Amino acid sequence: MTQISVRVDGASYSDDVEPRTLLVHYLREQLGKVGTVVGCDTSNCGACTVHLDGEAVKSCTVFAVQADGSEVTTIEGISQNGTLHPMQKAFHEMHGLQCGFCTPGMIMASIDLVNDNPDPSEDEVREGIEGNLCRCTGYQNIVRAVQQAAGEMHGRAASGTSHESPAVVDTAAAPHVAVQS
Amino acid sequence: MTLVEEPTTADAVPEKEIGKARRRKEDARLITGRTTWTDNMVLPGMLHMAFVRSPVAHGKITQIDVSAAQQAPGVIAVFTGRDVADEQGSLPCAWPVTPDMVNPGHPSIAVDEVNHVGEAVAVIVARSKVAAQDAVELVDVDYDVLPVVLDMEEAVKADAHLCHDHTSSNTSYHFVFDAGDAGTGADTEQAFADAEVVVSRRFVQQRLIPAFMEPRSVVVQPQGDNYTLWSSTQIPHILRVMLAMVTGVPEHKLRVIAPDVGGGFGGKITPTPEEVVTLLVARRLGKPIKWTETRSESLMTAHHGRDQIQYIDVAADREGNVKGLRVRLLADMGAYLRLITPGIPALGAFMFPGIYKFPAYRFECDGVFTNKVPTDAYRGAGRPEATFAIERIMDELADELGMDPLEVRKKNWINAEEFPFTTVAGLQYDSGDYEKATQDALDLLGYDELRAEQKRRRESNDPLQLGIGFSTFTEMCGLAPSRVLGSLSFGAGGWESASIRMLPTGKVEVVTGSTPHGQGHETAWSQLVADHLGVPFEDVEVLHGDTAISSKGLDTYGSRSLVVGGTAVVKAAEKVVAKARRIAAHLLEASEDDLEFSGGKFSVRGTPGTGLGIQEIALAIFAAHDYPEGIEPSIDAEATFDPENFSFPHGTHLCAMEVDTETGFVKIRKYACVDDVGTIVNPLIVEGQVHGGLAQGIAQALYEEAVYDADGNLTTGTFVDYLVPAASDLPHFDTGNTVHTAPSNPIGAKGVGEAGCIASTPAVVNAAIDAVRHLGVSDIRMPLTPERVWRAIHEGGDGGDRASARTNAQAADSSDAPSTAGGLQ
Repeated sequence: MTQISVRVDGASYSDDVEPRTLLVHYLREQLGKVGTVVGCDTSNCGACTVHLDGEAVKSCTVFAVQADGSEVTTIEGISQNGTLHPMQKAFHEMHGLQCGFCTPGMIMASIDLVNDNPDPSEDEVREGIEGNLCRCTGYQNIVRAVQQAAGEMHGRAASGTSHESPAVVDTAAAPHVAVQS
Repeated sequence: MTLVEEPTTADAVPEKEIGKARRRKEDARLITGRTTWTDNMVLPGMLHMAFVRSPVAHGKITQIDVSAAQQAPGVIAVFTGRDVADEQGSLPCAWPVTPDMVNPGHPSIAVDEVNHVGEAVAVIVARSKVAAQDAVELVDVDYDVLPVVLDMEEAVKADAHLCHDHTSSNTSYHFVFDAGDAGTGADTEQAFADAEVVVSRRFVQQRLIPAFMEPRSVVVQPQGDNYTLWSSTQIPHILRVMLAMVTGVPEHKLRVIAPDVGGGFGGKITPTPEEVVTLLVARRLGKPIKWTETRSESLMTAHHGRDQIQYIDVAADREGNVKGLRVRLLADMGAYLRLITPGIPALGAFMFPGIYKFPAYRFECDGVFTNKVPTDAYRGAGRPEATFAIERIMDELADELGMDPLEVRKKNWINAEEFPFTTVAGLQYDSGDYEKATQDALDLLGYDELRAEQKRRRESNDPLQLGIGFSTFTEMCGLAPSRVLGSLSFGAGGWESASIRMLPTGKVEVVTGSTPHGQGHETAWSQLVADHLGVPFEDVEVLHGDTAISSKGLDTYGSRSLVVGGTAVVKAAEKVVAKARRIAAHLLEASEDDLEFSGGKFSVRGTPGTGLGIQEIALAIFAAHDYPEGIEPSIDAEATFDPENFSFPHGTHLCAMEVDTETGFVKIRKYACVDDVGTIVNPLIVEGQVHGGLAQGIAQALYEEAVYDADGNLTTGTFVDYLVPAASDLPHFDTGNTVHTAPSNPIGAKGVGEAGCIASTPAVVNAAIDAVRHLGVSDIRMPLTPERVWRAIHEGGDGGDRASARTNAQAADSSDAPSTAGGLQ
């Protein structure tokens, strides 16, 4: 057992861990941070993505001992005072999730993407999140969510209400569609 | 302005919820990480399981030594198949498609013989997950290896090795639908004998893996002789019945809960060996038990989908009028029959004629055992396979006749004024307009410009060729009318149940038996109830997925939830209003006949300002101080809805595809589709379902294939090798809708969950072939890897099996040559 000290979502923890313990297992099983999930065992799916000292990492590729002395932010730590992070809000507004299992990792990876590229094109978003798999959405609404959040995070188009809703964009042939205001 | 108008708006009917792009109620917990996935559960004293799994595809178990594992630190118990042989029963198969179907039996833990790689042979129970996993390595199993059966065309030969040595052949069943015999069509053999043109093809529907994002997980808590089982399942209600039958735990002593479930796509539609074993171990040890699979375990042992070899013949005249359709399938069951394994191809039997007016049709299917993991439902379940075959062969027929593929379709499809239309397969298609959907899709794609570009590229012999592929599809949804299921020997009905509880404060609880796993039932059902009861959307809570709360249900699959489950909700709401009407009449001292119900209020006709809200009535009847004699003091209601017919969504999907003839690389330039799914309750959810379906259908065409090597090892056993597409692998989708309501249910909905997945695959493949047909290519095997595309262009044939696997290579060599000899000849 090795002792580590980490800050996770603003709280400090000191724990004994086995050297082989992955960061994601430490988060889930020792800290109860079950908002971060495990989707594969080959670091392909990205469901376990968290921020380690501000950068997105797949927490299944990091040993818990490597996080010693670091600051970890999970999906559970990104809303401030009960207000959703713009990326969380955008995923909701743009219907960027269905079953929601990939969503924590997808949101954490997307925040990192937008930190690096404040105004990504559709192709840049698609390439930027290619390390995160989603089986439900076909990604199109995730792309829209990331672009909307990028605007809000960087002071453009302040809120979702002014953004074109996906239903308006894509169900053009449906005259019965009444979009929620 | 508002002041003046206020009285009017107060009396006005609130805006309809149905049709609104409501953002989902479900999202709040999902975007903040406050979810209840089964693997999140922690119970006092909980123990963890890990399975020892067979590394051989077929063999006798000659010895198992568990002594070292039993001594390992933290290990509580180890059980082999023999230890549980008397209590594990056989996993259920609910669909004996023929009276003489062979079911070899399906132990949850193998006892004497293993029949696929990954089959469980023992289970470790330990105080931690890692302790259990460490001990797996310590179990020593000896196998007497037997010949492996993998290739279906080999497996059905008379001298083939057997997958199960206690069966007389590898064929589970021979299922036939003959329209001539059924009285729904003419004699098929005669139609072919008289035909001017016959086109025959052999198509391969590769094996796919559902690959839901949340790995399966099971937790069982024993409490005396009661058990609560949480599982990442699509079917908590069906699971409860089946587990009771299999394990002997009485049904009323078993509570099954599907908490948040991270996708299913059919992959979580069957009771699993792991669910049975977790329950048995919890019963043995009297302790809470958890099992969660790894992704590799999931890909190797959770059921797969598709996997058919299709021999299809179409007869037509020289003008392109179709005269007959003949289909013979080999359908891979894998090693065992799971819940609806044999029924998947049988479900497809009725969809091969597609949207076309075939006068004659014959379908035959052999269910074949192989030493691979069993197949079962995967998004579309039989219908994607059928749609692929018919939409591909219509292109081949057009090519044979030198006609435009769209022209051949138009000549044969059902016209808008012909609905309802009874097909040669005996189904009554409900409504639609194929012409309109197609025209809209062509406009959305920018068809004429792309055709012009295709022509330019062809004429200049450009290395980058362009093709356009069509898929004009329909599907049968809203599973299912119970009587029809009965006629197909299915072991259950197809109804759905709902109940509505009016709480004293006027809030509403809706209980649905249709268990969601990502679709958005909580939001859509709230919209339905808000409109029918006239209560605010926010005042409705939807409960599901727990057999103690939602006692009756048949769960979610087959695009049934809104069509069948939503209708049950509407029927329950109608009953609530009817019961409330009697109370309202009493309290308003009026005749029921004089009351009108609008916007959640009862009022006496012609007497403005007399309204009594249904939410107020809920409180009045809770107090029960003043209500009519002879009735119960409750306005709660329950309804069970059994549909009389399926519903038939349809649509036109168009794919424009670039093919690099030098590298074989294919890239979707543009994808446009127009779907008719009937009434749209929530356009946001409908669009999302279409997108997700498209991604999976395109993935079958371009990326995904479960490949076994010659020894029966799954070589695509991780997400490194099994290519679930990422965002960068998929195009932007241009989607649209036409709306023709379904007459079979009061909502008018047809179902949307599977549409994109069913329709897109042939559009993509047809597009690739259209790009290179002039180079002599008439088929390319899915998925369209660059290697296969390159081989098809430069070496002929269909690109063959994946070169690295060699699984079916020998068989493929003899049967892959472009064939004009049909499977029946």
